Amino acid sequence: MKIDTNARYRTSHEFARKEGAEIVVGISDHAQESLGDIVFVELPEVGKTLKQGEAFGVVESVKAASDLYMPLSGKVIAVNEALQGDPALVNRDCYGKGWMIRIAPTAPAEWDGLLDAAAYEKEAGKE
Amino acid sequence: MAPFAGYDMPISYPTGAVEEHLITRRSVGLFDIDHMGQIEVSGPGADEFVSRMVSATVLDMKDWDARYSLLLDDKGLVLDDLFIYKLPGRWWIVVNASNREADYAWFTRHAPQGLKIEDKSDATYMIAVQGPRAIELMDLVADRKVSEFPRFTAGEIKVEGIPILFGRTGYTGEDGGELFFPAESAERLWTLLLERGEKAGIETRPIGLAARDSLRFEAGMPLHGHEISPTINPIEAGFKWACGLEKDFVGKAAVEAVIAAGPARKLVGLEVSGGVPREGYEVLAESGEKIGVCVAGMFCPTVKKYAANAFVLPAFAKAGTKVQVLIHGKTKEALVVKRPLYVPAYRR
Repeated sequence: MKIDTNARYRTSHEFARKEGAEIVVGISDHAQESLGDIVFVELPEVGKTLKQGEAFGVVESVKAASDLYMPLSGKVIAVNEALQGDPALVNRDCYGKGWMIRIAPTAPAEWDGLLDAAAYEKEAGKE
Repeated sequence: MAPFAGYDMPISYPTGAVEEHLITRRSVGLFDIDHMGQIEVSGPGADEFVSRMVSATVLDMKDWDARYSLLLDDKGLVLDDLFIYKLPGRWWIVVNASNREADYAWFTRHAPQGLKIEDKSDATYMIAVQGPRAIELMDLVADRKVSEFPRFTAGEIKVEGIPILFGRTGYTGEDGGELFFPAESAERLWTLLLERGEKAGIETRPIGLAARDSLRFEAGMPLHGHEISPTINPIEAGFKWACGLEKDFVGKAAVEAVIAAGPARKLVGLEVSGGVPREGYEVLAESGEKIGVCVAGMFCPTVKKYAANAFVLPAFAKAGTKVQVLIHGKTKEALVVKRPLYVPAYRR
C-alpha cells in the first residue's frame, strides 16, 4: 500500500492533505485497491458546507457503492471535475490526479484528531 | 474471491474487472466456470422426455447441435435456463450452479421408468474460451479445426491428449467456445491455454465473475435470479423465442395464458445518467409514480454507459421513453433503450 506521508487519514480511508490554508480530500491507496475498479464518483456541489464525518459523496466500484466522509468540517471550494469522465483516475493516482474535493476547513483543529501516516498504515494493515 | 453456490470464485483477477472485460472484447478471455452443472439424459424415450421438459423446440436438433432453452415449472415460471447439446445417443444439459440439485431432482421426478438421468457435474470441468481470437487459439492447440464448427454446434477434440467436448457457444457476446473435459485435467489445460496464447502473441487472460457479468449484460444475455427467475415468466422477460409453442412442454398452458392476456410488466434496458443503477433500485415515471424495479445494473465497459435491466409497466416499455431511477435517495434521469447494448458476434 502506498501512503502519502504528508496526509492524514480517517479510519474510513479518506485522506486529507494541507495545501496552504486549504485541504485536499480523497481516498487512500488501500481504499482504492480494496474497492477495485472505480466506475463512478458522485461529488457535492461547490459551496456546500459539511461537518466532519458527514457523507460528501459516493464512490461506486464494479462491486458496490460506498459513502465518502468528510475528514474535517469545511466548505467545499472545488471538486475534481475530471473524475466525471475518468473515475479510474482514483485507481491510478489517488493522492494526485484522483483527488476528490478541496475544502476550506471551518474547524482546523480537527486536523490533530486524524491519524498520521504511520498510525493509518498500521490501522489499514489490520484489514 | 467470493463464495458462489458452494464454490470459491474469483470476482476479478489482478488485471481488474474492467480491463478483463475489454480483453475479452479485443482478444481472448479464459473463464473458469466449473461451478456450472451438467446433466446427461439417455435411454429409451430420452428425446420425447427432453422435449416435454424444456421450453425450446429440440426434436429438430441433429447430433452435435447446441441450443438455448428455459426450464419452466407448471405455472410457466423460469426454474432455470439451459444450454442443451444433442450428442449421439444422449442429451447433455448445462445448468446453473445454484439450480443444479433442484434441476436434477425436477428431471428425475418427471422421468419415465428406464430413462437414465445422471449428474455429471463433479467429474466434468468446464472452461470457456471467449473473444474475437478465441477460435484462432483453439485451432492452434486442438487436433481438429474448431473454426470449421458452425456456431451453436459441438464436437469432440483433443488438446495434448485431453479429450474435450467443445461447444461453439458462450455467454459473452463474443465468438469462442465452452469446453467440457475430465476434471483431473483442469489445471493442465488452463495453464496450457494461457501459455500457448501468450506464446502465439494472442493476448489471453483469466477473467473473473464481475467481468463475466458485465460481458453477458452488455450482450443482452439473462442471468438466472435477475432477468429470469421462479417469479418471472418468459413472456415478460422477452423469451417467447425460446418457447416452442408448436409442441407440448411443462408450463406451456401458463405461457399461452400470459401471451393471451398480455404481460403485466416487461423487461427493458435503461441507460442512466449520473449514477450506477443496481439490482433492487426503483424505477419511476417522470411524474414520480413507481413503475418498476431494476434486476441488474452496472457500468458497461465497452459501450461506456451506466445501464440497468428493469421490469416496468408495459406502458413505459417503449424505447425512447424517459423514466427515472432512484439511486441513493436521488432521482436520476434514465432512458428506455433497445437491448442488447452490444450486439453479439453471432448476430453480426
